[in-house]
Amino acid sequence: MSGEGVGAPLPRKEDDRLMRGRGQYVGDLRLPGLQDVAFVRSPLAHARIRAIHVPDAYRDRVFTAGDLDGVSPIRAVSGLPGFKASEQPVLATDKVRQVGELVALCVAPTRAEAEDIAASVVLDLEELPAIHDMLAAREPGSPLVHEQWGDNVFLETLVDVNIASALDAPIRVSRTISTGRQCMAPIEGRGTVVHLDHRLDQLVVHTASQMPHIVRNGLSECLGIEQGRIRIVSPDVGGGFGYKAILLAEDVALCWLALRCGRPVRWLEDRREHLTANANCREHHYRITAYAERDGTLRGIDCEATVDSGAYSAYPFSACLEAAQVASILPGPYDFPAYRCRTWSVATNKCPILPYRGVARTGVCFALELVLDAVAREAGIPPEQVREKNLVRPQQMPFENITKKHFDSGDYPQALARALAAIDVAAVRARQKAGEPDGRRIGLGLSVYCEQAAHGTSVYSGWGIPMVPGHEQASARLTPDGGLELRIGAHSHGQGLETTLAQVAHEILGVPVARTRLVHGDTAMTPYSTGSWGSRVMVMAGGAVAAACEELRDRAVRIGAHLLQASPDACRFEGGHVVGPSGDVPLETVARTWYRRPQDLAPDTDPGGLEVTAGYKPVRDSGTFSYAAHAAVVAVDPDLGAVEILDYVIVEDGGTLVNPLVVDGQIYGGLAQGVGTALFEEMRFDGRGQPLASTLADYLLPGAPDVPMARIDHMETPSPYTRFGQKGIGEGGAIAPPAALANAINDALAPLGVEMRHSPVTPRRIVEAMLAAKAPAGIAREAA
Amino acid sequence: MKPAPFAWEWPASLPALLARLAEATGPVKLIAGGQSLGPMLNLRLVEPDLVLDLTGIEELRQAHIEGGTLVLGACVTHADIEDGRVPDVTGGALQRVASAIAYRPVRNRGTVGGSLTHADPAADWVTALTALGAEVEIAGAMGRRRLPVERFVTGALSVALGPAEVVVAVRVPALPEGAAWGYVKHCAKVGEFAHAIGAVRLEPQAGRGRAVIGAVEGPPVLLADARPLFGGRIDAGFATRFDALAADAILREAGMADAVERHIHVTVLARAVAAAAPVASPTPAARPEAA
Repeated sequence: MSGEGVGAPLPRKEDDRLMRGRGQYVGDLRLPGLQDVAFVRSPLAHARIRAIHVPDAYRDRVFTAGDLDGVSPIRAVSGLPGFKASEQPVLATDKVRQVGELVALCVAPTRAEAEDIAASVVLDLEELPAIHDMLAAREPGSPLVHEQWGDNVFLETLVDVNIASALDAPIRVSRTISTGRQCMAPIEGRGTVVHLDHRLDQLVVHTASQMPHIVRNGLSECLGIEQGRIRIVSPDVGGGFGYKAILLAEDVALCWLALRCGRPVRWLEDRREHLTANANCREHHYRITAYAERDGTLRGIDCEATVDSGAYSAYPFSACLEAAQVASILPGPYDFPAYRCRTWSVATNKCPILPYRGVARTGVCFALELVLDAVAREAGIPPEQVREKNLVRPQQMPFENITKKHFDSGDYPQALARALAAIDVAAVRARQKAGEPDGRRIGLGLSVYCEQAAHGTSVYSGWGIPMVPGHEQASARLTPDGGLELRIGAHSHGQGLETTLAQVAHEILGVPVARTRLVHGDTAMTPYSTGSWGSRVMVMAGGAVAAACEELRDRAVRIGAHLLQASPDACRFEGGHVVGPSGDVPLETVARTWYRRPQDLAPDTDPGGLEVTAGYKPVRDSGTFSYAAHAAVVAVDPDLGAVEILDYVIVEDGGTLVNPLVVDGQIYGGLAQGVGTALFEEMRFDGRGQPLASTLADYLLPGAPDVPMARIDHMETPSPYTRFGQKGIGEGGAIAPPAALANAINDALAPLGVEMRHSPVTPRRIVEAMLAAKAPAGIAREAA
Repeated sequence: MKPAPFAWEWPASLPALLARLAEATGPVKLIAGGQSLGPMLNLRLVEPDLVLDLTGIEELRQAHIEGGTLVLGACVTHADIEDGRVPDVTGGALQRVASAIAYRPVRNRGTVGGSLTHADPAADWVTALTALGAEVEIAGAMGRRRLPVERFVTGALSVALGPAEVVVAVRVPALPEGAAWGYVKHCAKVGEFAHAIGAVRLEPQAGRGRAVIGAVEGPPVLLADARPLFGGRIDAGFATRFDALAADAILREAGMADAVERHIHVTVLARAVAAAAPVASPTPAARPEAA
């Protein structure tokens, strides 16, 4: 057609406004009489609340748990057997279980005044022993986060597929591997503005959310008011990454406050709240053993995985989504015959763990890929050989793996082979052997993963969390002048959906992308959707938009056929026109006829007109499997632990690419976050559970000079189950880099006897390991 | 992250500032570039009643050479130095240090006097100006006085400045002909505060020199006589005689108990020495200033 359909590398429409500073975010909203909220938060990780002293002058501006009539705690219960539910109070009641937990809400005309009031509130707290180490939290006698449980385990799971058969393998490698606790760091933090619409008797909640309809479910349950009285508007969202897929206690509190005081109220999260009180993610611990033949063929994997779930089960994904996924996805893209995995989702006195781009996959990829390199070293074979021996092969597709994951399509060995060729293994090995003039050491690291995406009802109903995706719906409406409006219930927070969904529509209707508008982020104007998460939107909303446009096209053909005085069967739709045997009618004319000149329609015309809502599910809803092979070359300064990424190659297969530019953008952005996970980002805690970073001076994000200009190579193996063969790829870029970079560092430092097994691999940790490997030789002598 | 209420005033002259400082009763903070004080106010780590903005005082933004000594007004920005808008007597040493401080937006606003007065041990000027043998010029109700930087910075975030005093200038002596300068800092990422800084100012012809180990817990560790680092003498061959064990012992004596910390600091100092060497060293010193 006109080169704007599926596969076209169009620049993103939305960037014109976003790059010119014309995006409209929650923080840009101005409402008359707006009041700002600041929260009094717990300064302690674990304490009993004895009293909250509010100065008399502020009694009408400060609210505590006792004021929240009719408000229920947030409950995100998993249906998995044995799951212990937590109740997260909107404002703390008898005790606080994490630093930053909400204790009181203060309202004032400005945020600064609200903070002044918050500073005047005095908390009388009885400090309790805090538990901040997930392994210690599993031990008997540990302080209890939720006393009524009797222990600190949200959920324990066990999978065992014939692990006994692997135990006699000649190669057996055991490692303890862990990933640091991170904070997601979208440029825009959370924010919520609530006002009352008396005409519709609605609470209008403007909030930076990836999933407005799910927020409405949760608010309705917590506030005890019917869904029709709540409208969620999510305007431009400045990065989500999972953090904006969560219902926060702050959101519930703001809604209650708007109902109580009748005025518009606002809370905008600042970076300190973000880092210390909310956006936690990623902390995993693995004890993992690989069994293999001497040629690298895997005989089995045995693993004990613990996830630090924090104090509460976050809505809607629950406290066990990470650990439960670990058990099912740890095998990654590899085919082996025996497997055992025990997992624990552990409660600690930290912020709840939230899903972050890649969710559990980044952790399992790190654990598995590091242990595969350890197998290679133990067997004395190249790391690529271990992967080549075990990757799922194209002739096995579709493939059901050892945990019953159904791989739809792909050629994993080819992705690895292309990555090895692009990084030029022989040249890297030669350089490594020659040595660097500046004394640094060169290392090569590999990482291969698969990303199950857009998984639907059959997968999520098994987890039994408050949100199970079903059919995805989209609406398509032709305007009277032939333009197109699309409506979806998912949301765009940087994915470029305003462009890519218009491309999908263009593929079917031929309407120029410039004349197609995406309406989204508003429960009043869009079909229900679980929203944007799980790399699902291009598959699900893409499929739904296509279904709606196809129905619209068929209706247009019937109207056009009447205008052409031809039978619909004799007409076809092509290039935005209804084409008949003796002429054609453009879509604009069809639209004008339906809306403006109904007298020209056939008497028996379809009364549905040119507005369609259609639902969609893939042929199978077990998910698409995109995948990639990452290869990294680093130079490591062993004396200072500095790591420079010299080269980075990504060979990615996302199925049919709707817009390759947008896919590249997703990969680059994910890579930047993966570099952060690998080398920089960590929220550490002291012995009393105090978070040790409250600004971005202490919580290190990678800067532009720290992120390599990766070389990306695309493969396109269509999924047999989706509308265009597209696969979800939104998270993959963030999955593989920590493993690839750690493997590269370990490859560089192996001759020194150093192996790094914790992310982030910081300079300090490298020097520590290097000195430990050298001990007991004199440290200072080596320093020069 | 909004500051507690405070008053903001903008004195137009040094006498006006000193008069205001003398009469103020509650806590007062002076602000220049605000690159450290701004976040501290927002985090409510400091809650002054009064903030006095120095940037309206023209004298503090001047720089000139006075008898071979460079006099930098306290409000000269890092970017002024980086961009060469002020004179130089250090053969470009100040310019190279300035150009690697944090990020350009910080350098556009941050000032040399503000950085020294804030006295974050990880800040570049605290170590670099100590190594260069610079002095701080202080004005108060009783007139002016000067202190070497090493006596001005008394600890982490702590300086020898009276409540009614203000730093007006930094005086940097010229680097003599034939002097060697080496400055290396170690950061986990570009623009971050340093984890270790090494600086040496050596005069091989005169057989003397200073060395400074910075970004430590307290004020930088100064060796006003750096000869013990080089087997007892500083001459043209100093780089080949750098004694890491001696440096390690000095840090141990200074109270640095952590062997990893010592290793990093000694390594960085060794690289500063290598960077100061007249001939490019083939060792890791190939990447000075940003190891």
